[in-house]
Amino acid sequence: MSSPRTLFDKIWDSHVVLSRGAQSLLYIDRHIVHDGSFHAFNMLRARGLAVRRPAQNFGTPDHYVPTHGRSPADAATPEIRGMIETLERNLAETGIQRYPLDDIRQGIVHVVGPEQGITLPGLTLVCGDSHTSSHGALGAFAFGIGQSENLHVLATQTLWQTRPRTMRIAVEGRLAAGVSPKDVVLAIVAHIGAGGAVGHVVEFAGSAIRAMSVEGRLTVCNMSIEAGARAGLIAPDDTTFAYVAGRPLAPQGEAFDRALAQWRGLPSDPGAAFDRETTLDAAAIAPMVTWGTSPEDALPIDAVVPDAKPQALAYMGLVPGTRLTDIAIDRVFIGSCTNSRIEDLRAAAAMLRGRKARVPTLVVPGSGLVKAQAEAEGLDKLFLAAGFEWRHAGCSMCVGINGETGRPLERIASTSNRNFEGRQGKGVRTHLLSPAMAAAAAVEGRLVDIRGIA
Amino acid sequence: MQKFDKLTGVAAPLAMINVDTDMIIPKQHLKTIKRTGLGKALFDEMRYEADGSEKPDFVLNQPAYRKAQILVAGANFGCGSSREHAPWALLDFGIRCILAPSFADIFHNNCFKNGILPIPLPQETIDKLMDDARKGANAQLTIDLETQEIVRPDGEVIKFRIDDFRRHCLLNGLDDIGLTMQKGGDVDSYEARQKTAQPWLAMAQD
Repeated sequence: MSSPRTLFDKIWDSHVVLSRGAQSLLYIDRHIVHDGSFHAFNMLRARGLAVRRPAQNFGTPDHYVPTHGRSPADAATPEIRGMIETLERNLAETGIQRYPLDDIRQGIVHVVGPEQGITLPGLTLVCGDSHTSSHGALGAFAFGIGQSENLHVLATQTLWQTRPRTMRIAVEGRLAAGVSPKDVVLAIVAHIGAGGAVGHVVEFAGSAIRAMSVEGRLTVCNMSIEAGARAGLIAPDDTTFAYVAGRPLAPQGEAFDRALAQWRGLPSDPGAAFDRETTLDAAAIAPMVTWGTSPEDALPIDAVVPDAKPQALAYMGLVPGTRLTDIAIDRVFIGSCTNSRIEDLRAAAAMLRGRKARVPTLVVPGSGLVKAQAEAEGLDKLFLAAGFEWRHAGCSMCVGINGETGRPLERIASTSNRNFEGRQGKGVRTHLLSPAMAAAAAVEGRLVDIRGIA
Repeated sequence: MQKFDKLTGVAAPLAMINVDTDMIIPKQHLKTIKRTGLGKALFDEMRYEADGSEKPDFVLNQPAYRKAQILVAGANFGCGSSREHAPWALLDFGIRCILAPSFADIFHNNCFKNGILPIPLPQETIDKLMDDARKGANAQLTIDLETQEIVRPDGEVIKFRIDDFRRHCLLNGLDDIGLTMQKGGDVDSYEARQKTAQPWLAMAQD
């Protein structure tokens, strides 16, 4: 028998078409495009190339879409409307499976993929978005690419890649009340740094990860890119298989059973070697919030603003020694590919208990199906009663390219993934946190330690 | 794709870690259908005041560095979003080579697709090159991809190593799609094998 292999090794080895030096031509099982992928289609046309496997490619608009209406005509500007319509045209012309703006299945690519069963254990999946790492939550090797690589996949269904190194991050033990997967991943990024996993595929393991739902795992893998990881991965288990079963594009019946038998062989073998390993104590993780302009600038909510990174502090308008719970908030955003799934919305709604928002708060579900589910559960009524805005699905204020941004110097508590300078609008100050922490911040008007109220 | 063989030019020092792609090219410039003309927006927020005037302290606004072709930067350069507008903006400004202790993976790949050479080097080497860059226009660096050498202004030679296939593509200005299409038969065979081994992966169609 061969030597023990990691989950990553197994997926990689089964997808190498051929190798040339340090580069391998990797077969790509699934490719998702969005409304920012137009250069790839333009280049495809310019070179007279066809899409090799249209049925293995999928498209939905998310980055540029309006969230207050479902027509491209609702877009903030004619230019942005053009982006949405161009995707529609490109998908129609190439025969790629599409989930257009008025389709209930439309949503953020990283919500739609798992929801539709596009994402499956053991496959390779790419998308022109860095948070494609999300899909690793189901045990797929998934990573973000640029538009030249989008073009390469459209034309050849393959990509040239250098084999990444492997890293195992174990989170062992039980999470305390009020501590969510978002807090876990913020703690991990703070622990290993924004460049801590560059060149590595990270397998998240340990009892705290195994105890998470697929939705929680998606949040963790989503932000593995914020530690620089090429991809995040979690071994598929019964939780994964139960999630996948019955999804529209998942194998059905006998095909599912056959797939399942192979998927059970995917987890890393006992004794498989990783290039690096680290362990975190789950019980020691507190609700987290970022204070600076990199996701690594995260601290437990009961900490104070550190005396570090003067440029970040100047941008954030913060003074060292200030308690994080004394920071007043101007606006709240609940959404993004990190935290816009039904469990996220339930966690946010559970913090309200009849209280009203003190600051403008936007709730943007991750897909039309998440929105419908939330409405079936009455979450929309709870949000609206609290004075929150309840919108249609899209990336919205996480990246702001649909025109939904904050104002200069505004301080936003956001469930998204990046607190870079200017990310949510020029001069906007972003504090990353979990959905429950964001909802609590909305009703208190400041950052709150939810352990005091949860 | 523009080929890269040998370059002698001014290197601009950007001594920051975690330079993200939102910094390199902010979102308001992602709506253009064109891939050229982005150089004006490179490092937009660090480079310009709110009224559009230049911030004189920013390195690329200083006379010595206005025509820099090389960037020396801190670790994890190009982190964040996968936007290929980042290398497009760098290229349009005239940057052909970036030297840093490490690069974010997606940005690193995007560079090779656009004729930009990113070279990861040990921190102590970057420290020396950062000192060279701080000397301005009188301290040019030479980057030779053929011999895989950097020549410092004092004549010291620093060796680097780039994967052979990528080096071949850059030296000849080849993009890899043509090369991959020549291997279409291998992809066909792979797909046939997968259809047997993992029949559920093939989608009904094709």
